[in-house]
Amino acid sequence: MESNTPIIRPTLVLLVLFTLLTGVVYPLAVWGVGQTIFPREANGSLIEVNGRVVGSELVAQSFTGPEWFWPRPSAVSYDASSSGGSNLATTNPALLAAVQDRIAALRSAESATSKDRVPVDLVTASGSGLDPDITPAAAHFQATRVALARGLDVGEVRRLIQDHIQGRTFGFLGEPRVNILKLNLALRNVQSHE
Amino acid sequence: MGAMGVFQIIAYLAVLLALAWPLGVYMAAVYGGRRTVLSPVLGPLERLFYRAGGINPDRETSWKSYALAMLVFNAGGLLIVYLLQRFQGVLPLNPAERDPVGSFSALNVAISFATNTNWQNYGGEGTMSYLTQMVGLGVQNFLSAATGMAVMAALARGFVRKQCGTIGNFWADMTRSTLYILLPLSIVLSVVLVSQGVVQTFQPYHELTTLTGESQTIAVGPAASQIAIKQLGTNGGGFFNVNSAHPLENPTPLSNFLQLLAILLIPAAFCITFGKMVRDERQGWLLLTVMTVFLAGCLAVTAYSEQQGNPLLEPLSVTQKAMEAGEGPAMAGGNMEGKEVRFGIANSALWAVATTAASNGSVNSMHDSYTPLGGMIPMWLMQLGEIIFGGVGSGLYGLLMVAIVAVFAAGLMVGRTPEYIGKKIGPFEMKMASLAILFPSVVTLAFTAIALLTSEGTRGISNPGPHGLSQVLYAFSSMGNNNGSAFAGYGANTDMVNILGGIAMLVARYWVMLPALAVAGALASKRQTPPSQGTLPTHTPLFGLLLIVTILAIGALTFLPALALGPIVEHLILKQGGL
Repeated sequence: MESNTPIIRPTLVLLVLFTLLTGVVYPLAVWGVGQTIFPREANGSLIEVNGRVVGSELVAQSFTGPEWFWPRPSAVSYDASSSGGSNLATTNPALLAAVQDRIAALRSAESATSKDRVPVDLVTASGSGLDPDITPAAAHFQATRVALARGLDVGEVRRLIQDHIQGRTFGFLGEPRVNILKLNLALRNVQSHE
Repeated sequence: MGAMGVFQIIAYLAVLLALAWPLGVYMAAVYGGRRTVLSPVLGPLERLFYRAGGINPDRETSWKSYALAMLVFNAGGLLIVYLLQRFQGVLPLNPAERDPVGSFSALNVAISFATNTNWQNYGGEGTMSYLTQMVGLGVQNFLSAATGMAVMAALARGFVRKQCGTIGNFWADMTRSTLYILLPLSIVLSVVLVSQGVVQTFQPYHELTTLTGESQTIAVGPAASQIAIKQLGTNGGGFFNVNSAHPLENPTPLSNFLQLLAILLIPAAFCITFGKMVRDERQGWLLLTVMTVFLAGCLAVTAYSEQQGNPLLEPLSVTQKAMEAGEGPAMAGGNMEGKEVRFGIANSALWAVATTAASNGSVNSMHDSYTPLGGMIPMWLMQLGEIIFGGVGSGLYGLLMVAIVAVFAAGLMVGRTPEYIGKKIGPFEMKMASLAILFPSVVTLAFTAIALLTSEGTRGISNPGPHGLSQVLYAFSSMGNNNGSAFAGYGANTDMVNILGGIAMLVARYWVMLPALAVAGALASKRQTPPSQGTLPTHTPLFGLLLIVTILAIGALTFLPALALGPIVEHLILKQGGL
């Protein structure tokens, strides 16, 4: 083996140069381009109401009253500084108990008006704890409760849901979904117009 | 999962294979030192790097010098990541005021990122400063990937060199991998990801009051640049704790599709590159076909199992049935604990299988909450040694080690001298291949056993019954094969798990890499053997089948007993109504 093959100098020089290139120049370049072309997205897709930031379009927040559409359960109480799932196994009795509690909470809020089975996404914790969406089925499941609590026509609430369904991207990617924060904002606007 | 789910998966595989071909051809040109479309832009930069480092890119070295350069370079990178974590408290770019990381924990993380594993014993937003993420972890995402790619290029050269003592120049291979392949792809991908809502900002975390008057803190940061390379370099280390399940790390179905493509793109392209480099493209296509067949089979099991949902929830007043928009309000249904609505079952299962087939390890759903069989497949894919696509470079050289065993076994069966791509396979190559295959498996099983026998190892178990064993087995399968994904409920941040895991990651990386380089050197020094009547062709479906059987035999025999005690028992318990 060639004893005079240089090793130390290339190691030090390349570590420094690549650290500068891939650790400083590259993220700063992406930052510069992102902040210029997509400033809203690059900073967290924040939503403002009357000049005040009320949340991120992409991050779930807690809604508990009967007059709001509820997001999916969160294992981290919607703490967006500490994302996390429940990591409960399918066989863990704690998962079964949690799901039963959530069903009970939904049923009592519905005041037993609905006999429909609860869509599974509404009683299972999301992967991130911050899932901003529910399925269209989970939104419609809550329509009666929300309409009653707000004194609105159920049909009107269902129309609102239909307007907020995001279909699959390009018609085939992902799953149909409803953004909870946007739906609740729209709901609030309907109320304030009346 | 309906027809649409199946269609998404087929579309994914089609786009992947369509992109792998041109990229593979391009990569062959890069490793051949030939001019490429990017040479006018990157050539001057490349030459500047060589000049500064006193490197002559045309001066090739023996496999031992190549290996020594690789080891020293990786050790340097490891040290930087370690020091950045230990001193992040007094270094700049730490707006969330993160404390220094503990010594064993920091060592585990440093090994993890230097070995392309990206096992994470921490939650990103709660532990690391922006500086550590960018300059430490982000840089290793490039350099550990480039290291694996360089070694693969060297091994490919071994097949075509004739009675030659050299296999390439590590510095040139590593520099070209980064500059010509990883960096351009990362720039394009990260900008598209930002357009989808992946954050790239140096603002502090957002403090706000929600619509209903509660306070919420939203962690942000320079994530997009790190996520692009995390996927392209089969690294997998997330910016946020929940990785690509986080809506600011993977916000839309399109960002998900592109990240998924990035996971398998370079490993798939490397098959084409290999075929080009050994001047027999059929060899590369065969390996890519074997990988794809394996992936599809595993995907079918996981996707089916997850779509069935959790049988324990069925007696409750819950519906887990998939509904398309035409049949009423749409829902993906299935086992949704730990999954995100925008991904549903198809994209979660596809990701789980792709990320563990490749040694990526990023997740877009929580594998701990998968059904027993749905979660067993990702674990098994890791245990196979990360050779179904595998890590960038490392997956293919791992598979080639198994191919050498398959050729040898075939030779024994029919009494022919084993040959592979024009080179006679002798005892030395067999010994090296056996070492590369056996050691990660031994470490995985032995360390799982040690962890299960000690309170330090079992304390972190968070689920009762056989799933607890699965959690520990998954952790060491992940670290012992440089994957990095986790059954994340397992509390793995204890000194013992950090140390054992650190050793496992080092063994899995270098105990495969060094034998692969030794094989490269040995093959390069042999003469080319022209195919004769007695040569078993290795580009045929017959050999593909033989390779699949060899992979199955090694994987099944080694891990079936352990899997029987974990996920298989758990599956039977679930069928019987739970614990």
